[in-house]
This record gives sequence, structure tokens and C-alpha cells, in this order.
Amino acid sequence: MTNRTRPIKVYIFITCLVDTFFPEVGESMVKVLNDLGVEVDFIEEQTCCGQPAFNSGYQNDARVVAQRFLSIFEKALNNDPNKETYIICPSGSCTSMVKVFYEELFKNSPETLKKVARVKESTYEFSEFLVKVLNRVDVGAEYNGVITYHDSCHLLRELRVKDSPRELIKSVRGVEFREMEMHDACCGFGGTFSIKFPNVSVSMLDEKIECIVNSGADTVVSADMGCSMNIEGALSRRKIPIKVMHLAQLLASRGKNGI
Amino acid sequence: MGFEEVRFEKNSDKAIQNKPLQKALVNVTDRFRTARNKASKEVSDWEELRSAAREIKKNTIANLDKYLIMLEEKVIKAGGIVHWAKDAHEASQIIVKIANDRGVKLVVKSKSMATEEIELNSSFEDAGIKVVETDLGEYIIQLAGEHPSHIIAPAIHKTKDDISALFSEKLGVPHYEKPEELTKVARERLRSEFLNAEMGVSGANFAVAETGTIVIVENEGNARLTTTVPKIHVALVGIEKLIPKYEDLSLFLSILARSATGQKSSTYVSFITGPKSPTDVDGPEEFHLVLLDNGRSGILASEETRESLYCIRCGACLNICPVYRHVGGHSYGGAYSGPIGAIITPQLMGIDKASELPFASSLCGACHDVCPVKIDFPKVLLELRKNVIESKKLGINSGKDLIEKLGIRFWRFTVEYESIYKITNKLSYYLQIPWKRSNGKLNALPYPFSRWTDKRDFPSVAKKTFRERWKEIKAETG
Repeated sequence: MTNRTRPIKVYIFITCLVDTFFPEVGESMVKVLNDLGVEVDFIEEQTCCGQPAFNSGYQNDARVVAQRFLSIFEKALNNDPNKETYIICPSGSCTSMVKVFYEELFKNSPETLKKVARVKESTYEFSEFLVKVLNRVDVGAEYNGVITYHDSCHLLRELRVKDSPRELIKSVRGVEFREMEMHDACCGFGGTFSIKFPNVSVSMLDEKIECIVNSGADTVVSADMGCSMNIEGALSRRKIPIKVMHLAQLLASRGKNGI
Repeated sequence: MGFEEVRFEKNSDKAIQNKPLQKALVNVTDRFRTARNKASKEVSDWEELRSAAREIKKNTIANLDKYLIMLEEKVIKAGGIVHWAKDAHEASQIIVKIANDRGVKLVVKSKSMATEEIELNSSFEDAGIKVVETDLGEYIIQLAGEHPSHIIAPAIHKTKDDISALFSEKLGVPHYEKPEELTKVARERLRSEFLNAEMGVSGANFAVAETGTIVIVENEGNARLTTTVPKIHVALVGIEKLIPKYEDLSLFLSILARSATGQKSSTYVSFITGPKSPTDVDGPEEFHLVLLDNGRSGILASEETRESLYCIRCGACLNICPVYRHVGGHSYGGAYSGPIGAIITPQLMGIDKASELPFASSLCGACHDVCPVKIDFPKVLLELRKNVIESKKLGINSGKDLIEKLGIRFWRFTVEYESIYKITNKLSYYLQIPWKRSNGKLNALPYPFSRWTDKRDFPSVAKKTFRERWKEIKAETG
């Protein structure tokens, strides 16, 4: 961190998937941030950003939940005027809900749009925050393995984040990075899409798994647990011994003696 | 549209089982996509061109009434006749009447999605008029009695062997092995049809308001023959195909060819302004322009989804779409497929007739990135999803709808209150035990989650959620 007049404080936005199914991803993110000397806080009232309802067409339900999210985080941003405050999320999809789709959801309510603007400017996806705000690509991680990276659709195409995760992965000691074919193709998750059209979803997933396997990697890293649980679901069902990791978990790795 | 209600899931399940189709889809979409990517990179200001094209389309559609009148005046001035068709039925009636009034027995057609949309061929056949498709792909699917499965490559679902068998069966020719031999058969058959046809029917890629010119791009030369050899030329054109100025064509022709096939320019570009003039050697004696609404003015009225009308039918969104790649064109029901089909078919047919289509996307956004007029597909799909849900508000249409609605209500109830959210997670932890396997994953869950676990494992709810761990983390790190 260079030339900052105010210390940084981060409020972590833990997605409902991470909270419920993958708490270790949240822990890893906290570890990486703490190790970089960043103050981290978690507001326990937070639950969900509203994306599941929004993507399913239930905009009224989504609005109620999104309003709740906005109130909680807007309040938090005003807690410490002496600090540079951010909201950091370990998911490209949930971050894009806040940064891109809230404007759509609240387009008819100017009052809420003000809140959206305030929250949006302070919200970053985890990898983008490390590289673009903290200017760090080497976070002191060590991991022995061959890694390939799956671009999650919303991180790549809604938030336009392509290089940051790759730079971070390549800076991990012990890692050999291999780009897979069709790295930017959807894995077939798509939220409720995966259970509305399971055969289409799995057909897309089959092709993604093929690309992962063909890359020769022993670990596939992603920055979204939606994609990861889909990819891991197929790998584990088919007993393919490739490990699935969230970027935060990789960056929290400290070699043999660490986690 | 006369198409039946779209059953996307049913159609796509069938398509996924069809191995030759799967192979063909991967081959063709890969080839088009690679060509398009290369062609778009050859132009240094590609992004600016896209923005400029979008801006022109936006202004045109916003002032469509003005430009349509201008187009009509110019076409009439050039000696053409203009017809307005409010829907598919009316458009078919107009075109069949033109043929009947002039005793037409044979019609040749060049490739046109609008004629597919109104199912013109069946109207001709009902009237006892023979109609022959002259685009090779369209010729093949007409012989097979099918609909196109791709906007620019209508027969991509057919393999060489399929076509060989089809030609042999329908045309009585030997089983040819080579594509050149098959093409030769089609060419010979079509030449005589061109020479004998009394009427040619085409679509148009663009209609220029200030000159009354319709523009057709193609690579086979059949559209040029269709529009010049027969005595009568009828062009069916959707009202969204307008562009204001002749000079805009250089931009649109470039982005269309590059986006569609990766060509710098299509092999044939025909500019048609009215019928043959007294000084022309060739050309039709009559030129009819049929302007088709068929739901387009309804789309125009919806500010949220209006950009659906900017489409120039290049097919780039199909070639990049991971869903289209796995389900093919016929899964989308109507004339249009892929992302563009998912957004326009429900708007043209009525949302109740294609209510699955706005959901037939993972919202990956790849289509938005390649669209030459930057249609924001995810935004439009989300808006249409909202419309589907709102249209069902009063009555739940099926058991599936009921489960979904209850699911969303339950989800909202849990995430609105942190205490209930925590209790739900705790309950889920214990409820999942019967399905939990030794690897910690869930397997064989009941409906609707079975739709996940039939082919994939599902993660289990953590013993301690993140929020429960947070207190410990805080204690450790101070």
C-alpha cells in the first residue's frame, strides 16, 4: 500500500453460497487481507444480495432483499470517515449484481439509486481489489501444483476482470499456470438455469470438464463458487482427481507447512 | 407466427441426445466464431464501428414512423408498389394474392428469415403454387420439410450423409459422396426453376429510407437471380430493417459480413431500387415491397426491450452462445434461434407461447460482447423473465411454477431476517444427513434438487457457517 493518507478498512460481503456451503473460502479471504495488513470486518446482519430472485424474474422479491443489503452496507461505509472503506466480495457474480444490476433493478427509484451509487463505487471483487486497489499481485502464497483458471462469466463480461486473477495465480510460488481451451466459456451453472434445464447445463459442463482435463492441470481455480460447485459437482461425481479451489484459498496457501 | 408453443426443455433434451447434431454444431459454430473473431480484429476501430452502428439503429428505431413513410415514398417514386402487413397472415395473403392475380404457378425464393417467420411456403402450397427455395441450405431443408436451424446457415444440423440420402430419396439421384457432386445436383435443378419462375420472393438485409433501396447480401448468387430473372419481384421486409441513409451502408455491410461469416464483404451485394427501368436490360417488370409488422410495433412500444429491433441477423450471437452450441436451432421453436431467438420469439409470438425462452440462457453475456449493434441480451432477457413471472401472477400455470414460486417466497423469508436465515442453515445441516455421502457431498436429492444431483454432486451445508466462524476468526486475529 503506497501513499495512502487514510488506512484501509474492508467490509467483507460474504455471499450466501460461501456462508452456507464454503465458509473456508471466506476464511481464506480474511487471511489474505489480514496478512496484507488490511483491517477486515464482517457485518452479521448481511444475508443475500437478491440475485437468485432477480435472475429468476422475481424482481419485486429481489428489490426487498437488495434494499436490505444496500441499507446495511451503506450504513457501514459511513461508520469510519477516517478510513478508506471498501466492500469486498469473493464472487464476480454477486459483485456484478451490486455494481451492474442494482441500477437496473432500481431504475425507477431515484432515492435508492443514490444509495446504489455510493455502495457501488466502494464495492470490489476480491482479485480486482488486490491488484487494482492494493496494487499487490504477490501476496506471499505458495502452492505446488499445475493450475488452470476458469473465467466466471459475470466477473469477465460484466465486470471486465480478466487479468487480475491470472496475475495473482502466476505470482504464487510453486505454481505452473496453464490456460485451458475455451477458458471464457460458461460452465453451464447460470444459477437457476442449472436446474431449469439440467441437461443443457450438464452438456455445457461436460465440455468445460473436458477442457479442464485436457489442460493437464491438477487444480482448477475460479473466483466464483457458483461455477466452482458446478465444476466440482461433476469432477467428484466422475471421480476425476482434479482439485477445485477458490482464488482466495490458493492465495491463502503457504506451501507445505501452511494450509 | 403460426408456430406452436415453444417447448425448449423438451426440444433441447432431444437435441442433446443427437450425437451427429452435436458434432455438427461444434464444427460450424467454431468455424464461424473463429472467422468472425479474426475479421473483427482486422479492423482497428471495430468497437467504434459497433457503437456507431448501434447509434444509427437506435435513432432509426426511435423515429421509425418517419423513416417508413420516407421509404414508402421513395419506393413508389421508383415505380415499386408498397404493401403494409400487420401480421403473418396478412403478409402471406398479400403475397399469395399478388401471385394469384398474375396467374403465377412457380415461385423461386432466396433466403429470408421473414418469410420463415410468416411460414410463407405453406401459404403458397395451400394456394396450389409451387415454391422453390434457391439458397442451397434452404433448398435442403425444404426438401426435408424442416425449418432452418441457424440464421445464416439454415441446414447446419444436416450432415453430408444426411443430404446425400435426402437428395437420393427426393430427387432420384445416386448417393453422391462429395459435396461438389451434391451442389452440382442442386445447381442443375435450380437453374431450370429460375428460368421458368414467374415470380421471385426475397427478403432484405437493409432497406434504405432516403433512396427506397433494398439491399441483399449473399454468397451464392441465387438472390440476384431470384430478384432479376422472374418478371415479378416481391421483397418481404421486417419494418426494423430500415436504415436512414445510403452512406450508412458501408458501415452496416462491413459489420454484417465480418460478424456473420468473417468475410470482409459478402460475395454478392444487390442494391434494388424499384423494378427495371426503361433503360435497364434485365430486371423484373414489377417490384413489390411488403413491410411486415407482425409484433414489431409491440416491441417498439416497450422501451426496455426495444433494442431487440436493432438486430441485423448476422448470427454471431448463435455462434458464440454456449447454449445454442449444445441445443441447436430447432430447440428454440420459432424461426429465430440462439440468443436473438430467445429475445424476439417471445416478443413476436406472445410471451405465453414461448415463456421458457427468456430462461434458456445462463446469462453468460458472450452474445452481448459479439453483437455488432451491441444488443444487451442479458438485460433484455432479465426484463422478459420479469414479464413472464408477472404474466403468471394471477394463476400459476403448472406444478413446476408453484414449486418455484414457493421456493422464491421461502428464500425471501429466510434472507429477510438474519435469525431465520441462521435457523434455516442449521436445520438444513441436519436435514441433509440422509443424502450426505462419505465424500461430504450430497447425492440423489429429491425434486427439484434432483435436477442437479442426477448428474452432479451437490455441496453439503457446512457444520459451521462463515458467520459462526467469524467470531472465532475475530478472537484469533484480535
